Amino acid sequence: MMRAGLIGVGKMGLSHYAILGAHPSVEVAAICDSAGYITSALRKHTGVETYKDYRKMLDEAHLDCVMVATPTSTHFEVASYALERGCHVFVEKPLCLEPEQSLALAELAKSRKLANQVGYHNRFIGTFRETRRLVRAGAIGDVYHVGGSAFGQVVIRPKSGSTWRSSRQEGGGCLHDYASHVVDLMNFVAGPPERVLGAQLRRIFSKDVEDAVYATLRYPEGASGQLETNWSDESYRKMSTTITVYGTRGKIVSDRQECRVFLRSGAEFERYTAGWTIRYITDLQSPVAYYLRGEEYSAQIDAFVHAVQAGSAEHENSFASAYETDRAIAMIAEKGGAGEGR
Amino acid sequence: MERILFGDNQFFGVNHMSEEKARAQAMKFRDTAAIMRVLDQAYDAGIKVFMCTTHDRVGEIADIVRANPARYRDFEFYPCMPYAHKYANSVGEVGIIETLRRFAPGGIVETLIKGAISAVTQDTERLMQMLVDAELKRFAGAKTPIVFLQNVVTDLLLGLGMHDVLAMFARHVERKYGAEAGFITMNLPMLVGALERAGIERPIVCANVNKIGFRMCGGIEAYREVIGSGRCRPIAMSVLASGAIPPAEAIEWVCGMKGLQSIVFGASSKANIVQTKELIEQCWGTA
Repeated sequence: MMRAGLIGVGKMGLSHYAILGAHPSVEVAAICDSAGYITSALRKHTGVETYKDYRKMLDEAHLDCVMVATPTSTHFEVASYALERGCHVFVEKPLCLEPEQSLALAELAKSRKLANQVGYHNRFIGTFRETRRLVRAGAIGDVYHVGGSAFGQVVIRPKSGSTWRSSRQEGGGCLHDYASHVVDLMNFVAGPPERVLGAQLRRIFSKDVEDAVYATLRYPEGASGQLETNWSDESYRKMSTTITVYGTRGKIVSDRQECRVFLRSGAEFERYTAGWTIRYITDLQSPVAYYLRGEEYSAQIDAFVHAVQAGSAEHENSFASAYETDRAIAMIAEKGGAGEGR
Repeated sequence: MERILFGDNQFFGVNHMSEEKARAQAMKFRDTAAIMRVLDQAYDAGIKVFMCTTHDRVGEIADIVRANPARYRDFEFYPCMPYAHKYANSVGEVGIIETLRRFAPGGIVETLIKGAISAVTQDTERLMQMLVDAELKRFAGAKTPIVFLQNVVTDLLLGLGMHDVLAMFARHVERKYGAEAGFITMNLPMLVGALERAGIERPIVCANVNKIGFRMCGGIEAYREVIGSGRCRPIAMSVLASGAIPPAEAIEWVCGMKGLQSIVFGASSKANIVQTKELIEQCWGTA
């Protein structure tokens, strides 16, 4: 049995705990959080060892791997400590607030041959994987534009927010906490952008952070990109993410449920005919052994467990790819004037 | 337990295949009267049970049903709690503790935090009871013979290994509401074993059962085995896999599964309600 530890038992930490708990080759051996009520309730009901200090846990609990789901500002310190002790590490997104720190973590993990994964779960959604496959195979020809968007209701009233998510210093705000998913998805499908031509970080209800991010990107081969995210849009029941890719031979519009492909006449590709072909998630998603909130959450942990077992530092959603995402985020922050009053 | 149950996903913008379709449905059913028209069609077609999330809008439906006892004499609710997005959105916004404070009033959270070390087990039970009571408040006076725990909570507790909390839920709805507990899950074979170990015999469970195996964790064969074993009272949901399988083919396959007690389905028009009900009755030979 692989011994796993959890650092940070909030919303994502609990979700990871349940998925690991149901995994046949993993034992959740220890958890760590500063909120004593949650950890002591879990200890009482499950018998898991609990800690308040992650260093003590990593020093004493003989863990093979650890999931880090703490505020982003702490990721560098926590992940470094774990890697230095030979622990395989999974970190919630985004990896770090400073891209240089992400790069340092990526190099550390690689030099120690330790699995290093970041929780960009969109990369495990069948529709998005198919989008990437088609783009890379040249099915839509040369890509000239990529659009990424996400809408949902996270902050829908003024003065809401008393957690780290509403604090810029700790890594809160729509750009790091929400738009990061879309930036990473665009990277996944089209590769990282070369430049950010312009960006607006808009406050709607929050005091300290932005609630919407709009940015124009430029890719190395000359394609353009448009990012549009807003977490104060109450018309969406839950986070709704869409990616659109335009190519010289057709286009693809994908969300969590559907991959819609339009090919020009003469551009037929595999089973995709000219005109529209719609493929659904029911057809594109591989089954998982345990389901909690979406196949992708289980699939990303399966992939991590697999990397740990294989002792591999090079795999999907590695720190190195999350570094590229952090770099794009930093460019957007800079163009959007993050940190200045707006 | 009734054999054919009417579900509510179509009313609240839930569609596992298409966000566009979900949005169009959310617009169509933006007022309660539009929902009530469809519910009336289902009730008049002979479907007496509305299996529904404890969404605020369902409270308005409960008000209408209560206010018209002659019209809705046999109408039953199978409430499914909680309406998870309410909690999930709130946790993202203000955190876990503050969310519990919002939805379980009366100082219980303060008591919990102070007494964290001494009596967590009792406190968890008390907290769970208060959250359940808050969710069921809108159904007071209506018939709720079965009360379900939504899959996100059932499966979370299953994965965390907090199986005793599932049993606490069953005890509470039985003692306080005279109702049976039901458990919605995406992990049926794993859940039934856990419920048995927690001391719940022949639990009422509700899970996806469809020809393509969509969200049937453990696989179709493991489902067939546990459903046919008599160890639980299973309700099939998502039999059409959100439209991925043609209705007649889907229903014929599901009805052929030995041991299935009930089917829950949603529809937005009278024609679809009647057609689906007739298909089920033909396959089950209950027409």
